[in-house]
Amino acid sequence: MTLLWIALLPLLGVVVPAFTQRRGRRFCSLATAVLPALALLLTFGQLPGLAAGEALRFAVDWVPTLGLDLAFRLDGLSVLFNLLILGIGLLILLYAHYYLSPEEPFGRFYAYLILFMASMVGIVMSDNLLLLWLFWELTSISSFLLIGYWSHRSDARKGARMALTVTGAGGLALLAGLLLLGDMVGSYDMNVVLASGDIILADPRYPIMLVLVLLGAFTKSAQFPFQFWLPHAMAAPTPVSAYLHSATMVKAGIFLMARLHPAIAGSELWSVIVSLVGMATLIYGAWFALLKTDLKGILAFSTVSHLGLITVLLGIGTPMAVLAALFHILNHAAFKAALFMSAGIIDHETGTRELGRLGGLRRAMPVTAVLTSVAGAAMAGVPLLNGFLSKEMFFTEALETPVLGGLSWLMPVLATLGGILSVAYSLRLVHAVFFKPAREVPPKSPHEPPWLMRAPVILLVVICVVVGLAPVLAEGLLGLALQPVLGEAFEFHLAIWHGVNLPLLMSLVALVAGIATYWRHPDLRRFLKGFRPVDARLVFEAAVQHLGRGAERGLAWFDGGSLQRYMTWLLLAALLMGGLGLANMPLLTGDKGNQPLDGVLLLGAGLLIFGGIATAATHRYRLISLLMLSVVGLVVALTFARFSAPDLALTQLSVEVVTMILLMLALFFLPQKTPRESSNRRSLRDVVLAGALGMVVASLNYAVLTRDNAPISGFFLENSVPGGGGSNVVNVILVDFRGFDTLGEITVLALAGLAIFKLLNRLRLFMPHSDGEGRLWSPDRYPAILTSISMALLPLALLVSAFIFLRGHNQPGGGFIAGLVTAVALILLYMARGVEWVQQRLDFPYQPVAIAGVAVATLTGLGSWLFGYPFLTSSFGYFTLPLVGKFELATAMLFDLGVYLAVVGATLMILANLGKVTTPHRPAKEAASSFDTAPPPRSGKEKR
Amino acid sequence: MESLYAITTGVLTACGLYLVLRGRTFPVVVGLTLLSYAVNLFLFSMGGLTTDGAAILDGPSDYADPLPQALVLTAIVIGFAMTAFVVILAMRARSEAGNDHVDGRKHEDGEGRP
Repeated sequence: MTLLWIALLPLLGVVVPAFTQRRGRRFCSLATAVLPALALLLTFGQLPGLAAGEALRFAVDWVPTLGLDLAFRLDGLSVLFNLLILGIGLLILLYAHYYLSPEEPFGRFYAYLILFMASMVGIVMSDNLLLLWLFWELTSISSFLLIGYWSHRSDARKGARMALTVTGAGGLALLAGLLLLGDMVGSYDMNVVLASGDIILADPRYPIMLVLVLLGAFTKSAQFPFQFWLPHAMAAPTPVSAYLHSATMVKAGIFLMARLHPAIAGSELWSVIVSLVGMATLIYGAWFALLKTDLKGILAFSTVSHLGLITVLLGIGTPMAVLAALFHILNHAAFKAALFMSAGIIDHETGTRELGRLGGLRRAMPVTAVLTSVAGAAMAGVPLLNGFLSKEMFFTEALETPVLGGLSWLMPVLATLGGILSVAYSLRLVHAVFFKPAREVPPKSPHEPPWLMRAPVILLVVICVVVGLAPVLAEGLLGLALQPVLGEAFEFHLAIWHGVNLPLLMSLVALVAGIATYWRHPDLRRFLKGFRPVDARLVFEAAVQHLGRGAERGLAWFDGGSLQRYMTWLLLAALLMGGLGLANMPLLTGDKGNQPLDGVLLLGAGLLIFGGIATAATHRYRLISLLMLSVVGLVVALTFARFSAPDLALTQLSVEVVTMILLMLALFFLPQKTPRESSNRRSLRDVVLAGALGMVVASLNYAVLTRDNAPISGFFLENSVPGGGGSNVVNVILVDFRGFDTLGEITVLALAGLAIFKLLNRLRLFMPHSDGEGRLWSPDRYPAILTSISMALLPLALLVSAFIFLRGHNQPGGGFIAGLVTAVALILLYMARGVEWVQQRLDFPYQPVAIAGVAVATLTGLGSWLFGYPFLTSSFGYFTLPLVGKFELATAMLFDLGVYLAVVGATLMILANLGKVTTPHRPAKEAASSFDTAPPPRSGKEKR
Repeated sequence: MESLYAITTGVLTACGLYLVLRGRTFPVVVGLTLLSYAVNLFLFSMGGLTTDGAAILDGPSDYADPLPQALVLTAIVIGFAMTAFVVILAMRARSEAGNDHVDGRKHEDGEGRP
C-alpha cells in the first residue's frame, strides 16, 4: 500500500498548485513541495526493508482483459531513480520559486512540473509493461507542456513540438516493442518478463522487438541520430532544462534499458547497437558542446554526450559496466543539474547566456563561480570529484570490452577522445564565463542571487565532492540498484586510487589534451566556419510543413465537402463487403422455401415497387415525388398489418402522417423543383450502384427469409405475462424487457426536437407567394369543412389515444402510438385553424412536455432503486374497484406515460415550431415567448 | 411470397440510395425516408413472415416474432426524428448558405426560381 502512495502522492500533487496559487507564491511553492517530499520520505522508509531483501510489490487489476494492472514495485533501481526524481525535483522547485518572474503563471508551471515528476515516478516504479508505457507517454506530454511553457515564444513552441514529435514517435515504437515483448512472454507482468530472458532471446521476433524498444529509449534519451530535439528543448525555462534534460526525463530511456537489461540485453545485437549508438552520441555531443556559444546549448550537448557514455556502458553490459552506468547516472544528475541551475542564475543575473557577451563574472559572483567551477570539474572528470570515478570506470570497461571484435581497440580510443572533448568544453564553460575578461558589458549588472536560489546548487556540489572523496558512501545505494539490473547480487568496491594503470593514463591524457584543445579551440572554430551549419529546427520544421501540406492535399481530395462523394465511397464499401459475403454463400435459397402468393400480396408489392420507382423517377418534381413517397409509406403500414404486426401498422400509419406534413411544410421553404444537374453518365453510374446494392439487399433478405432461424423471442413470449404483466409482447419488450433502450430512444427523440427548436431559431427564410408554377396560394386559408371536422374530431381523437394508451400493455397500442395519435390530432387543429388560433387556446411550450416525458420515464426507472431492484425493474399487480372491476396497474404504465409525453412533446415541438415559421403575422404576445428573437419574415425577392 | 418481399425491399433500397446520391437536400431527405422504409421492412422480416399470427398472448396460437417488431417500432419513431432533423437542417443550411447543394459546390446555378 505504501508503494501505491509513493506513486500516487506526486500525482495528487498535480492539483495542489491549482488550489493554492491564489494564496501567494510562497504558500503555493511550499504546499506544492509537501506531497513529493512525503513521497520521498516514504521511499526512504522503505530502504531498510529493501536492504533486508524484501520484494516490495503492489498490484491491483486495472484492465485485466488487456493485461494492464496497476502494479508498482520498489527495487533498488526504482529507489535510485526515485531519489533523483523526487530529490532533485524538490531542489528544482525551490530554485524555480526564485527563477520565475512574479508575473508568470507559476501555478501552471508547478502543476506541469509535478505532473512530470509523477509520471517519472510512475515509470520507474511500474511493475507492468503497459503501465510503464502509459507513464512514459505522460512524461512526453508533460515535457511538451513544460518546454512550451513560454508559449508566446516561437522557439519554445517549435522546440516543444519537436520534442513531442520525436519522443512521441519513439513512444509508439516502444509500445509496439513492449506489446511484442509481452506477447513473447505471455504476460506484461514485469517479474515474469525479467525472468524470461532465455525465452525472449530465443524468439525469432527478438531483433524486431529489440529495435523497437531501443527506438523508444534512444529517442527519449536523445541518442544519435535522435539527439537533435534536446538542444531545441532548451527553449524551456532553466528549471525545466535542469530537471528534465539533465536529471530525469532523458534518463528515462537509460532507465528503460537498465530495467529491461535482464530480459533483453544478453545478445550480441544488443551490445553492438547500444554501444555503437552510445559511442556515436558521446562523440557527437561532446564535439558540438565544444562549438556552441550558448551556455545552455553547451550544457545540452554535453548532456547528450554523457547520456551516450551511459548508453555505451549499458551496451557493454558486464556487471562492472552496469555499475559504472548507474554510478554515472547519479553523478551526472548531480553535477549537470548544478551546472544548469548555475547557468540559470547567470542568465537570470546578467540577462544573457551568450558566452561572447559574458566574462569576468568571478568578481561579481564569487560563490557561483566556485560552485560552477567545482561542478564543471566534476563534469570534466577531475580527480577527487565524483565525475572522475565513474569516468575512470568507463575507461576501464572500454579497455576491456570485446564488443567490436577485432576493432575493439577503437573503444578506448574513442572514449579517450570523448574525455578530451569533455575536458575542453567544461574548461571553456567555466573559464569563459568567470575568468576570461569580459568583452562587453552584460545587459544587467550582475550580482549574487538570493542564497535560497543558490542552496540547491550548493547541495548538489557538496554531493559531488563528498561522493568524489568517499565513494564508499554511494556503495549501499548502488548495490541495491545494481541487483535488479543484473538479476543477481554482485560484490564490488569503489575506490579512488587503483594504482598507476592504463585508465589513469587515459584520464591524464584526456586532461592534458583537453586543456590544449581549449587553448587552441579558436583555430578549430575558425576552421569550422567554412562548413555550412545545419539547423535541425529548420530541417524539422520543413519536414513538418511538408507533411502538413501533403495531408491537406490528401484531405482536400478525400473530403471535398461533397455528400455524394462520401456516399459513393460508403456504398462502394458496403457493396464490396456485402457482395463478398454473398459470393461465399453456396446456395441463396434456404430449405424453408417460399410460401404461396396471393393477389393482395401481388397488388401490395406492385404498389410498393411502383411507388418507390416513381419517387425516384419524379424526384425533380418535388411535390409529386413526395406524394409517391406517401404511397410507399401507406403500403408499408399495410404490409405490417398483413404480416401480423398491428402495433407496427398503427405506428407506421401515424408516423406517415406526421412525416408527410413535415416534408410538405419543409418543401414550402425549399425550391419546388430540382434543376437537372447530373450528367447522364453520372445518373447511370448512380443507377448501377444503387441497383447493385438493391440486389445485394434483396438477396440477403431472401436468403434469411428462406432459412429456418431459431429466434431468441421464446424468452419474451414465455415471460411476458408472468414477468411483465402484459400480453402485448411488443409493448412489454418496449417498456419492460428492453426499457433501457426505449429510454435512450425517447431521449434521442426529445433531443432531436430540441435541436430542431434551436435550428429554427432566427431562421431567415424566403416565403414564396405562389407555387412553383406561379399560381398564387388559395385565398381560402382555413377551409370551413376541415375546420369544423377537425374541431369535432379532436375530442374523439384524444379519447382514442387515451384508449390506445391504456390498453397498450395487453392489446396492440402503447405510449408510442398513443403519443403519435395525440400529436396528429393536435396538428390537424393547427392546420385547420392556424397557429395563432391554436396558440391562443393552447398556450404552452412543448419543450417541457418532451423533457417531462423523459424525466418521468427516467424517474420510473430510478424508482425501482428505492425498493432495492436494478434500474428499470417493473412490477405490477391486479386490483379490484367497485363498478370498474378487476384491472391491472403496472409501473411499466408509468414508464409508458413518459414515452407518450416524450413523443407528443417532441413531435409537436418539431411541427408546431416549423409551422410558426410559416405564419406571416405573428401575434404581439409572442414577443414574450422564447421565440422572440426571430426576425419578422420578409417578403419580396429571395436573398441570394 | 418471400421472393416477392425480398424483391420489394431491394427495389425500395435501390430507389432510396439513388435519391441519396443526388446533389440537393430535398431528394436526399426523401431518399433517406425511402431507405428507412426499406430498412424497416428488412429488419421486420428477420423474424419471418407470419400470416394471421396472433398479436397478443391469449391462447395457443402462431405468434409473430415480437422482437423485430419492437425494434422496428422504435426505429420508425426515431426515423421520423431523424428525418425531421435532417430536413430542418436542410432548411437552415439553405438560409445560411443561400443554396441547397450537398455536392460540395459553393456557387448557385440556375436554382428553380419561384
